[in-house]
Amino acid sequence: MDLYEHMGKDLFRAHGVATPRGIVAETPDEAVAATDELGGSSVVKVQVQVGGRGKGGGVALCRSAGEARDAAARMLGSDFKGHAVTRVLVEELLPIAHEFYTSVLLDRSVGEYLWMLTAEGGMDIETLARERPEALRRVHVNPGLGLRAWHLRELVGVLPVDARDGASQVLRAMWSVVQEADATLVEINPLVQLEGGEVVALDAKVTVDDNALFRHPDLEALQDAFPVDPVEKRAKDADLQYVKLDGSVGIIGNGAGLVMSTLDVVAQAGGRAANFLDIGGGASAEKMATSLQVILSDPSVRCVFINIFGGITRCDVVAEGILEALKQVEATVPIVVRLDGTNAEEGRRILAEAAHPRIVPVATMDAAAEEAARLADAA
Amino acid sequence: MSVLVGADTKLVVQGITGSEGTFHTLRNRAYGTAVVAGVTPGKGGQDVEGIPVFDTVAEAVATTGANTSMIFVPPRFAADAILEAADAGVALTVCITEGIPVRDMAAVHAYLAGTQTTLVGPNCPGVISPGVANVGIIPGEVCTPGRVGFVSRSGTLVYQIVHELSTAGIGQSTCIGMGGDPVHGVGFIESLQLFEADPETDLIIMTGEIGGDDEERAAAFIGEHVTKPVVAYIAGFEAPPGKRMGHAGAIVTGSAGTAAAKAEALEAAGVAVGRTPSQVARIAAERLPR
Repeated sequence: MDLYEHMGKDLFRAHGVATPRGIVAETPDEAVAATDELGGSSVVKVQVQVGGRGKGGGVALCRSAGEARDAAARMLGSDFKGHAVTRVLVEELLPIAHEFYTSVLLDRSVGEYLWMLTAEGGMDIETLARERPEALRRVHVNPGLGLRAWHLRELVGVLPVDARDGASQVLRAMWSVVQEADATLVEINPLVQLEGGEVVALDAKVTVDDNALFRHPDLEALQDAFPVDPVEKRAKDADLQYVKLDGSVGIIGNGAGLVMSTLDVVAQAGGRAANFLDIGGGASAEKMATSLQVILSDPSVRCVFINIFGGITRCDVVAEGILEALKQVEATVPIVVRLDGTNAEEGRRILAEAAHPRIVPVATMDAAAEEAARLADAA
Repeated sequence: MSVLVGADTKLVVQGITGSEGTFHTLRNRAYGTAVVAGVTPGKGGQDVEGIPVFDTVAEAVATTGANTSMIFVPPRFAADAILEAADAGVALTVCITEGIPVRDMAAVHAYLAGTQTTLVGPNCPGVISPGVANVGIIPGEVCTPGRVGFVSRSGTLVYQIVHELSTAGIGQSTCIGMGGDPVHGVGFIESLQLFEADPETDLIIMTGEIGGDDEERAAAFIGEHVTKPVVAYIAGFEAPPGKRMGHAGAIVTGSAGTAAAKAEALEAAGVAVGRTPSQVARIAAERLPR
């Protein structure tokens, strides 16, 4: 789960990272009130689960409450890189002396945490990493040992002497966010030293491990703040993984790998998938019915392709589930069904006997993909 | 011969009395795996269809000589179960459990580095050496004994591609479902090492998917260390690009993690990359030494 900046900063403050004073606003009037409270000037920032806000016009420096109103009015309700903006963060303007960059994330290639820090914040950090890698300190932190004093010295050694103590304190607090909030990424870009010498996090990017949310009901509750597509929400409530795409072949499969592969095979056959839908294990009649409802509610779907490989999932149960689902949902387009694996023959027999006018049984994944692409094209 | 699991495997199942645990334990035993013990804390002294249940893995190992464990315990206890297995000295532990917090797995990973225990998983379908032993949830019916070593990140793609192979008359020495979690045990590189050293494996198939850089690192390893023919499949050419929060991930991997980038890296290392599961089986048939 990617947190909004203001949520990340709440976590930061709870763990001892200094941040600017900030107030969340959901209307231009609230942005005005916040700017007044912050002394008559502010920075207004869109709150979205995506990066690149500075370059994309998602951050505005406002010298007056009027400017804050205009900025908030422009941002709220807009679409930032495909993300709906429902709130902005209004923060105090601070006098910045130096900009740094630091991040800690789980490095999956070695199973350790990787810490990066550079004194050259403010510029494009990916370009810096590529062109002058020596300017970016990298330290691996063994999860069994945790963050040690020598890690800190190694990292903050690239900073101005009078920034090192303040930065060390920030790094220790970041580590406690990793350990106590199960963060898999904590990035501060930029980390700044103010003219007075204080080291402050101007930004906060925090990703929390979804698998660990059971330990953090307070963080889990934050999910309600994120805008969701009603169709995706319906799928999620039914424990289905659904992502809308822009083609015309609706896809239902079991297992993320097989569904991804189905998308590819349909594309090879000249079709385009309208969605990704992983029905997961079990594929009961209720799940199948919800899946079909979700997919058939998309007007761009011209044909549905159900691709099931039964492992634990039994194909006879899937076949009955499809027929049961079609009693609840009216099929308006052809449904190509490919069943293989556990009890596949029984499943195919059940579909053949039912002889439903919309169901097109096909024996192999390749042939089924071709048929689905052809039917979508012909519709 | 085979790798990881075989005729010598003596299996203890952690979480044997849960419904999933019992179901797959009995399926594995019916396939021919020597299931010698189960563990469920508090249920020591009971049995599951004749398989004795112990309170701890250490007791199970001491009493039955189990050398391999399979884990079906819920995610919040699973990291502990792996550590317990390692402390009891099993050579291999296969963790099926999905949804373990990654911080817990990072701690496990660090601890296992100082032990002799090999981990497969978590969030994986397990390991099967067709006709010999099955440790996990891969349906034995789709596999046939033979000389292709198979390793996959995705579970259902194990079934789909192995099915294509078996249908084409191509048998497998061992199929490894390594799982797709960020921090995991045996990966592509370890699997390639095992298959390269296995005298009864003639060709290796690896199945990857978008995200991370496991496939890119495997490609570099193949270029330097693997002499047997390798065929690959990558799922996710048409998958929507994931959203990205920070810069840190891209700096670390230096890769976009796309299917195209992975296929390109593998092809540059001399690996034949099939574009569909059935094409993978056809390429394997062509390249398999006669």
